[in-house]
Amino acid sequence: MVYDPFKESSSSRTLSAPPSSADYLKDSLFRFFAYFCALSIIILVAYIVIELGIQAYPAMEKHGLGFITGTTWDTNQGIFSVLPEIWGTVYSSLIALFIGGFFGIGIAIFLTQSFVHAKLELTFRTIIELLAAIPSVVYGLWGIYVLIPLLRPVADWLHETMGWFPLFGTELSGPGLAPAALVLAIMILPTVAAISADAFRRIPYRVKEAAYGMGATKWEVILKVMLPTASSGILAGLVLGFGRALGETMALAMLIGNVNEISISLFAPANTLASLLASTFPEAGQLEIQALMYAALVLLAITFIVNVAGLAVQQYTMRKFEGKK
Amino acid sequence: MTTKSDMGEFIAKAYQPKGPVVLDCQVKNIYYGDFRAVRDTHIPIEKNKVTGFIGPSGCGKSTVLRSMNRMNDLIESFRFDGSIHYHNNDIYNKKIDPVVVRRYIGMVFQLPNPFSMSIYDNVAFGLRLNRFQGDEEEMVVQALKRAAIWDDVKDKLKNSGLSLSGGQQQRLCIARAIATEPDVLLMDEPCSALDPIATRQVEELMIELKQHYSVALVTHNMQQATRVADVTAFLGVDISQGGRTGYLVEMDDTKKVFEDPQQELTQQYVRGEFS
Ligand SMILES: Nc1ncnc2c1ncn2[C@@H]1O[C@H](COP(=O)(O)OP(=O)(O)OP(=O)(O)O)[C@@H](O)[C@H]1O
Ligand SMILES: [Mg+2]
Repeated sequence: MVYDPFKESSSSRTLSAPPSSADYLKDSLFRFFAYFCALSIIILVAYIVIELGIQAYPAMEKHGLGFITGTTWDTNQGIFSVLPEIWGTVYSSLIALFIGGFFGIGIAIFLTQSFVHAKLELTFRTIIELLAAIPSVVYGLWGIYVLIPLLRPVADWLHETMGWFPLFGTELSGPGLAPAALVLAIMILPTVAAISADAFRRIPYRVKEAAYGMGATKWEVILKVMLPTASSGILAGLVLGFGRALGETMALAMLIGNVNEISISLFAPANTLASLLASTFPEAGQLEIQALMYAALVLLAITFIVNVAGLAVQQYTMRKFEGKK
Repeated sequence: MTTKSDMGEFIAKAYQPKGPVVLDCQVKNIYYGDFRAVRDTHIPIEKNKVTGFIGPSGCGKSTVLRSMNRMNDLIESFRFDGSIHYHNNDIYNKKIDPVVVRRYIGMVFQLPNPFSMSIYDNVAFGLRLNRFQGDEEEMVVQALKRAAIWDDVKDKLKNSGLSLSGGQQQRLCIARAIATEPDVLLMDEPCSALDPIATRQVEELMIELKQHYSVALVTHNMQQATRVADVTAFLGVDISQGGRTGYLVEMDDTKKVFEDPQQELTQQYVRGEFS
């Protein structure tokens, strides 16, 4: 029986009653289920990390920290290190984040701030969400057959006229950082746009009303009020998008050139950790597989750091703008 | 003497303003989609006076008030038929940008709606918008003091405006609205979330504001209307034709409306005998 000392002494007309035992049972069952789901995710992640760690252990012992500071990946001599891949991963993802973030937030504003009619908005939204459903092989093929030929004349022109500028320091000879980063940007666009749009939609109508009520123009309302108000949600979108860019494999393996070089030039071929894994794994011997596992751990660590940093920035903006915690 | 519209509907006797009129609001009809929310309401807002709006819930007080600085333009289904003359210009004239109207005619809303930014930035928002060149900090502090919120927030101006209590947020919104010293201030039940002390302070603020500006005030509090409003407009609601259309029943000096109302509806309402 549920303990209820109040029924006796309350007015005899009251309809108030405590929750039944069944209600309490449902409550506990649901709580158990929620904890179970949360715990299983933690266990799964821990399992993956540990398994990777065991597989990578021999390589970690052998190469130590030199693995992330060295620049050679030579199967024949058994020298493995991934600094160029780390550079390529972070650099390509950052460029993609800038481009994809800029357009993603722009699209989110366009969709939510009554620029378009509600029906048209739905169409736009569906198209953008479709972008997320395209397999990355298709992006890779599109990059090779459409984007690279399109980029070539532009890249050549930039290199010829502004070759002194480090970003345009080399020629684009087919695959390279620029096409890879552009495709990455398109791939993370739906994530950033969808999550940012949700953040904008969550802003109560009265906030918008207050901003217009002060006599702000549409541009001022969006830039000075809506954007800061949505900033923590937008940041969440950017972090997710960045995470996706860091781990993207197939399209990058096809587009980035798979060359272990560190170059600031946008047109130079490069390599990323995920693409290294994908393209080297099928023919790798035991030693190389161990090194690849080590590389996978490094990728995991980068993703982890990015997420934690993103979370910290998000917490900061929440505190600053929304006064939470 | 009362007049009737073409359709035989009641139309209130026109109020004869005693001084200059800053905002001459002549509503023929206001629609939300097919719904006629307000009809035949002529309310002149006089300069250097507080004009009170009273009436039962849903009679269209907020609707009329929000039409006065074109806030309702944000609502797609909203349609305004009539004219509102502000310094001899119809603010519903196509040539006039509602943004400009709202810079001169400020508004405090029925529900607090601070921005998610610091308390200071909330108040400075309007100053920055209007490219204020003087001492911003001084103006912010002054606005906070006049809105009776300075003592609550003086040690935490950097904290978010959303971290305040409901009543504090409402006073912050008042500070935000008065910081730019708008020529006309529209206040929609500004005190409904405030305790008696803060209410008094806000009422004093309204009386102080009317020295230089003009105030339109919606209130459900009869005592408040008698305390601060110089002129009072009573809006009723017409349920005879199936809809719930609000209209002006009576408008006169506050003393007259409360002590010697000419219409039976007004009498019932101000005496609290509403059926
Ligand atoms: N955005 C809207 N869309 C459709 N109808 C609306 C809208 N806003 C108000 N109305 C309708 O217009 C009528 C008048 O509303 P209004 O908010 O002006 O009343 P009010 O007099 O301010 O009431 P209260 O004293 O409760 O604030 C109501 O019947 C309401 O349902
Ligand atoms: Mg209202």
